[in-house]
Amino acid sequence: MMYHVYVPSDTTAKALGADRLARLMAIMAAEQGIELNIKRNGTRAMYWLEPLVEVETAQGRFGFGPVKETDLASLFAAKFWLGEVDHPLALGLVEDIDYLKKQQRLTFSRVGVIDPVCLEDYRSHYGFKGLENALNLSPQALVDQIKASGLRGRGGAAFPTGIKWQTVLDAPTEQKYIVCNADEGDSGTFADRLVMECDPFMLIEGMIIAGLAVGATQGYIYLRSEYPLAHLTLEKAIAIAYENNLLGPNILGCPQCFHLEVRLGAGAYICGEETSLLESLEGKRGLVRAKPPLPAIVGLFGKPTVVNNVLSLAAVPFILDKGAKAYADCGMGRSRGTLPFQLAGNVKRGGLVELAFGPTLRELMFDFGGGTRSGRPLRAVQVGGPLGAYLPDSQWDTQLDYEAFAKANAVLGHGGVVLFDDTVDMGEQARFSMAFCAVESCGKCTPCRIGSTRGVEVIDRIRAGENIEGNLALLSDLCETMIDGSLCAMGGMTPFPVQSAIKYFHEDFVKHSAPLSSAVSITNKQEV
Amino acid sequence: MTISKFVTYEPSIAQTIIDDFKAKPGALLPLLHALQDRFSYIPNESIPLIATALMLSRAEVHGVISFYHHFRTQQPGRHVVEICRAEACQAVGARQLEHHAKQTLHLDYHQTTTDNTITLEPVYCLGNCSCGPSVRVGNDIHANMDPHAFDALVERLKTDLLEVLQ
Ligand SMILES: Cc1cc2nc3c(=O)[nH]c(=O)nc-3n(C[C@H](O)[C@H](O)[C@H](O)COP(=O)(O)O)c2cc1C
Ligand code: SF4
Repeated sequence: MMYHVYVPSDTTAKALGADRLARLMAIMAAEQGIELNIKRNGTRAMYWLEPLVEVETAQGRFGFGPVKETDLASLFAAKFWLGEVDHPLALGLVEDIDYLKKQQRLTFSRVGVIDPVCLEDYRSHYGFKGLENALNLSPQALVDQIKASGLRGRGGAAFPTGIKWQTVLDAPTEQKYIVCNADEGDSGTFADRLVMECDPFMLIEGMIIAGLAVGATQGYIYLRSEYPLAHLTLEKAIAIAYENNLLGPNILGCPQCFHLEVRLGAGAYICGEETSLLESLEGKRGLVRAKPPLPAIVGLFGKPTVVNNVLSLAAVPFILDKGAKAYADCGMGRSRGTLPFQLAGNVKRGGLVELAFGPTLRELMFDFGGGTRSGRPLRAVQVGGPLGAYLPDSQWDTQLDYEAFAKANAVLGHGGVVLFDDTVDMGEQARFSMAFCAVESCGKCTPCRIGSTRGVEVIDRIRAGENIEGNLALLSDLCETMIDGSLCAMGGMTPFPVQSAIKYFHEDFVKHSAPLSSAVSITNKQEV
Repeated sequence: MTISKFVTYEPSIAQTIIDDFKAKPGALLPLLHALQDRFSYIPNESIPLIATALMLSRAEVHGVISFYHHFRTQQPGRHVVEICRAEACQAVGARQLEHHAKQTLHLDYHQTTTDNTITLEPVYCLGNCSCGPSVRVGNDIHANMDPHAFDALVERLKTDLLEVLQ
């Protein structure tokens, strides 16, 4: 009898030894004469359980995790392939694990379930249903669906996707482009990576639909070079899509056409900013362009271009399959649908948590995340990437909603939530924010390019106990100048983590014996 | 032992790669990637060839190469070890890891060990943010890299056992 077993294969599962585990499992099965069909799924993104081995049974999939090589002997002894067996690593039915059960996985419904590059798996899980519907709708009807869904850009700025698409649709040009922003530069975020590694056909489907909606026949995925596995998976999936007439001149036998290509970034954070990204795609340095004109009017190679984040485009197939209302029914206020949050940093149960907007940050960090990995008290949390504010306990009851976060002078951004325990030195974190901006600034405007370098110097003086109040005032002025005088959000938002650190964690800046003498700080200083 | 996936620079190989890419819209970045993937760096000798093919000045090509952290014009060691310096890894000890790596390898970032085994580079996020500190070597990402795990990794790299083991 053949038993079906899943071993995950995303970057993190592999980093935790999943490939070797799968190989050893196959060898042991052969030795013992057990017929195991070992399939490689993506990951459920419950990372404290990885590698999470799943066994298919009539009742559903039973899980075991986290499985180390040294656990294989006892798993085989327990006949784990039968599913519901007694073993210390047995987790029961995977779908019943609270962390997963309490989520609303609309976009991530297939992630971790299917073999990422198996077209049949994709099709049998509602794959291409949205595209089939889209092929029968007019471009305007498609754009109207996206508007009605209330979808807002998931890359950070939360701009309504339907309105962006309308602008491009209305542009009277032959050649238009769809550009997927897969630069995912924010630390603490990996949801884009998960889409590309675990369900790449969903992104391809979303991009084809975007092309149909605005009249674009060429798409590019601008992928960060730090994601080698996502690159490989996308290339495989695109090749399969071409072979099966999903991409190319006759999509699913219809007259419409769409071509798609992956382009790699080269380790520049600023290239996640959409106009810098377009410059980079054109083969230039990633200097930010002044807006207007908007990329929707003058974009790639001067043509009207939709630039959307991976998650924005990945939400599209669901909307076209299940209807705009099904999507808009989730969420609160003007934040409709779901946001895939990512729990990262010093967190006990890290992973992906896709939730309808509305719960509090505290619920996310504790009910899902379980607090810190170190077991020490949670002290600060940075939401929304390196340009996002650091939030203390008093802010954790803020609801996960774009407007609620804006009111708290914070951003949800791309949904990254990075936890820090009480060993964090917020002076050092503030310094890092400025140093990061100094390294990653495109250099076009002075407040950002020079301001960030000055910012590092001022923070160093504060941390050395030099005229603390005077230098804090100077830093505050500098932050205002950067906010008011920068061309883009790199220089314009770098002050947010700095100001929030000073406001909420003032004590870390006024302790005169700031440990600037520690070797680690010196090392950082040399680097930047 | 592993066989290096890189080849020694030859103008004719570079020219073949350049010819493959020059007709693409926005060819420069894909072309630079292809050259670095083949030679492990972008040799200065190849820059005039690129400039001619794409009808750019050498300065423009230089400008692009130097803008992007990923591209290098010096040959690195056999293994490029990239340590994540970003916030999610900082929260679980990346600063200590960086310090440890520099101390034990006697290197700063962008430098190579005298035996030419390891080049140390910083990187800002590998997307392994729930299981840091993270380190990348080639196309492999390594999770939970405390100093002890790092030493073991370096040992394997020195003996080139990594790919055999995995
Ligand atoms: C410094 C900076 C970095 C950014 N990085 C990213 C990124 O990595 N990924 C992304 O999708 N958007 C990023 N953005 C936002 C983009 O400029 C743009 O708003 C987004 O790609 C639009 O897509 P959306 O409407 O689907 O969100 C960044 C913006 C700035 C200012
Ligand atoms: S704010 Fe910084 S990154 Fe943005 S355009 Fe100005 S210099 Fe470039």
